[in-house]
Amino acid sequence: MTVYILCLALFSVGLYCVLRKRNIIKIIIGIGIIEYAANLLFILSGYREKGRSPIFEADKLVVNMVDPLPQAVVLVSIVLGLSVTLLLVAIAIRIFEKYGTFDITKINKLKG
Amino acid sequence: MTLIVKTVTRITLGFIFLYGVYIGLTGHVSPGGGFAGGVIIALSFVHIMLAFGKDVALKRFKAYTVRFIVCLSALLLLVIVFAGRYGGPISSNVMLMGIKSWPIFNGKVAIPICEMAVVGAGLFSIFTALVLLSKKDKNAE
Amino acid sequence: MIEIHLIILFMIGAAIIAVEAKDLLSSVIAVGAVGIGLSMGFLVLKAPDLAIMQLVAEVVSLVILIRATIRKDIPFSASGRWLFNTISTLIFVTVFIFLAYLAIKELPSFGNATMKVSSFYITDGLAKTGMENVVAAIMLNFRSLDTLGEATAIFASVVGVLAVARAIGRTKEVKDE
Repeated sequence: MTVYILCLALFSVGLYCVLRKRNIIKIIIGIGIIEYAANLLFILSGYREKGRSPIFEADKLVVNMVDPLPQAVVLVSIVLGLSVTLLLVAIAIRIFEKYGTFDITKINKLKG
Repeated sequence: MTLIVKTVTRITLGFIFLYGVYIGLTGHVSPGGGFAGGVIIALSFVHIMLAFGKDVALKRFKAYTVRFIVCLSALLLLVIVFAGRYGGPISSNVMLMGIKSWPIFNGKVAIPICEMAVVGAGLFSIFTALVLLSKKDKNAE
Repeated sequence: MIEIHLIILFMIGAAIIAVEAKDLLSSVIAVGAVGIGLSMGFLVLKAPDLAIMQLVAEVVSLVILIRATIRKDIPFSASGRWLFNTISTLIFVTVFIFLAYLAIKELPSFGNATMKVSSFYITDGLAKTGMENVVAAIMLNFRSLDTLGEATAIFASVVGVLAVARAIGRTKEVKDE
């Protein structure tokens, strides 16, 4: 139970960064931290006490494997998080080309 | 980049590429799989571009070839998965999942190769586009 | 299971440094430390497939973040309406933490996962597919349509970045003439 609360604390650090910072790169960093915490929560919920990794070997018991289904889901999630981060960085560079700054309050006020 | 970086890059480049192919192709026995192998292959191309500059890297891997590989392997993956799902008993026995069928059409060889090509070439073209963007910004000033 | 607690505490410390550092380069490197700590955490939780994937994805995003953004300037962080912003952020985060805690209490306790669906994959995995890696058997064989969706999403992001990055070259060439 303590582990889940620690994971929630990591999520809230990232959430605070997304809400409060004015630099676009800091917002991208905050989104990355949120995505790490979400993946960690999935794998924490699928852990079995004294389990072993989900690979069949000839001489070990089958009975106590950890849950393989969240691992397949989180594998997809890591790759998609990487793609979203790359797209965000491309858009941030485009914004810098057009407005000359990374500050989001100044981007609100300029026209054209 | 300095001489040390260029020399070490020339030596270790083949090993990184080979390691990526190894992790991608033995994904069904050991941890790994097509996506991790594809990202390592893309990292070897990015290594060339970081150490030698963008002109040398773009002369070896033309932008048109990289984009062609991405589109071709994405179409191939689409054809394989849909043929296995909706094709009926003949194509699903031959192409996707039979343990006793031809090795090239197994789920162990064809799908990881397509995944590695899509991810590897795709990430390298993203990196090329972003580097070209910032270089144009510096040249225009 | 004291190692996972220590690793998550290290990740929280590095995340706080990443959020509060004034220099952009320091905060990007601190996010790299969070990612590598997460990869160690996956290894302790007996998921080696994910540890490899997280490490290489972390390296790629670090390279792109440093290469593409550090040469630009850092603006001053002007502070207007500071009190209202802080109070509303604190209220929002408190409400979120309270509701998430109510949801997390319903999960089974740490270490006793109920594997109702996965028991089917574990008992039939080797016989039906011939692959020893159960995670690869799920991704390539039992649920291969999810893999197709993932490849489609990567392809869409490649097309998106190429579309965003190409329009700038054309505009600047037109302006230079």
